[in-house]
Amino acid sequence: MYEFSYHRPASVAEAAELIANAADGKLVAGGQTLLPTMKHRLASPSDVIDLGGIAELSGIVVNGNIVTIGAMTTHAEVAASSEVREAIPALAALAGNIGDPAVRNRGTLGGSIANNDPAADYPAAVIALGATVRTNRREIAGEDFFTGMFETALEEDEIVVAVDFPRPEAASYMKFENPASRYAIVGVFVARTAAGPRAAVTGATACAHRAFRIEESLQAGFGASALDGFEAPVDKMNSDIHASAEYRAHLVKVMAQRAVAACA
Amino acid sequence: MSTINLAVNGQSVSGEVEPRTLLVEFLREQLRLTGTHVGCDTSQCGACVVMIDGKSVKSCTMLAVMADGAEVTTIEGLANGAELHPMQQAFMDNHGLQCGFCTPGMVMSALDIVNRHGNEPDDAIVRRELSGNICRCTGYQNIVKAIRAGAQAMGE
Repeated sequence: MYEFSYHRPASVAEAAELIANAADGKLVAGGQTLLPTMKHRLASPSDVIDLGGIAELSGIVVNGNIVTIGAMTTHAEVAASSEVREAIPALAALAGNIGDPAVRNRGTLGGSIANNDPAADYPAAVIALGATVRTNRREIAGEDFFTGMFETALEEDEIVVAVDFPRPEAASYMKFENPASRYAIVGVFVARTAAGPRAAVTGATACAHRAFRIEESLQAGFGASALDGFEAPVDKMNSDIHASAEYRAHLVKVMAQRAVAACA
Repeated sequence: MSTINLAVNGQSVSGEVEPRTLLVEFLREQLRLTGTHVGCDTSQCGACVVMIDGKSVKSCTMLAVMADGAEVTTIEGLANGAELHPMQQAFMDNHGLQCGFCTPGMVMSALDIVNRHGNEPDDAIVRRELSGNICRCTGYQNIVKAIRAGAQAMGE
């Protein structure tokens, strides 16, 4: 790991000032991706600004039909939260199946979505549930937040503060996971909401995306058989040592059907 | 250099570290607590698991400066003098190790399992919860047995 200056601000405002003034600064949340990347010298920030000392960024609040999760809330906290388990059990289950227990004790919601790994789990939930990402400057609709591989709508010095998840009528996330990393080879999050069916796919393409064609198929009826005729486009799929594009396209359908079936 | 103050195994400790010093490097090289192992150094294997404020963490994937003010427990902090912690004793009684390299991390993760699942975790829970701890000798059978016995002993 190359040298860097370390900062531990006590407020979001202070963090924003530090990142704005750094030559090549990086915000660190739980560090479960950034630190390994820095160890490999694939990242060499001049300044690391640790959000771990900012109490206002952690916590879970349910207000009516909105579950608000602070950016620095760990996967373990979301998984164990009785509020999340009651309001959006699929979200708690998703958080409880990221990485492994020790990683979940450090990894955070904000870190996951800001990093936007193509195979990360949380982006699928943020998109499919129609969540809103709140930053220190504005609100961003979940489906507009993820813009490409490891790319988001965030400005360089913008900080995710919290995510508001509307409570769905029913939801489920199914992933075909890499058995070593537990990243999604393909993951599909489906939600039945008052405004109709919603779906998002992760792991399959450059980054998580809303699956409009799955949603259209489910308009007719929210059942697994509604997807019998659905086929995911092979030419958009990732292809790597873990799965070919054809296999991923197949998995999108199977995971979508399993997720829909689990909503019943 | 940064000064950090933390509690390690119940003792107040302070140290001078570079920001890039990993927690496991601080524990092993400055405090000479070499029970915490570095296996893969890529967050996969779990040999470096310690408890930070009561929660299992991979100490190769945390900076020492991030542990400023924390309470850290390493494998060295478990025994009471010559008397092993019940989980350590269970690993011994059940032959829950072969080469022993992964054992410190396995024991620390086992304590995290007991914290969250209580004293009667079944095989499926233990195996799922050990997903971040790799035993290169592949001796999982007795590790699972040891953790279940240790969990039970901790409740007695």
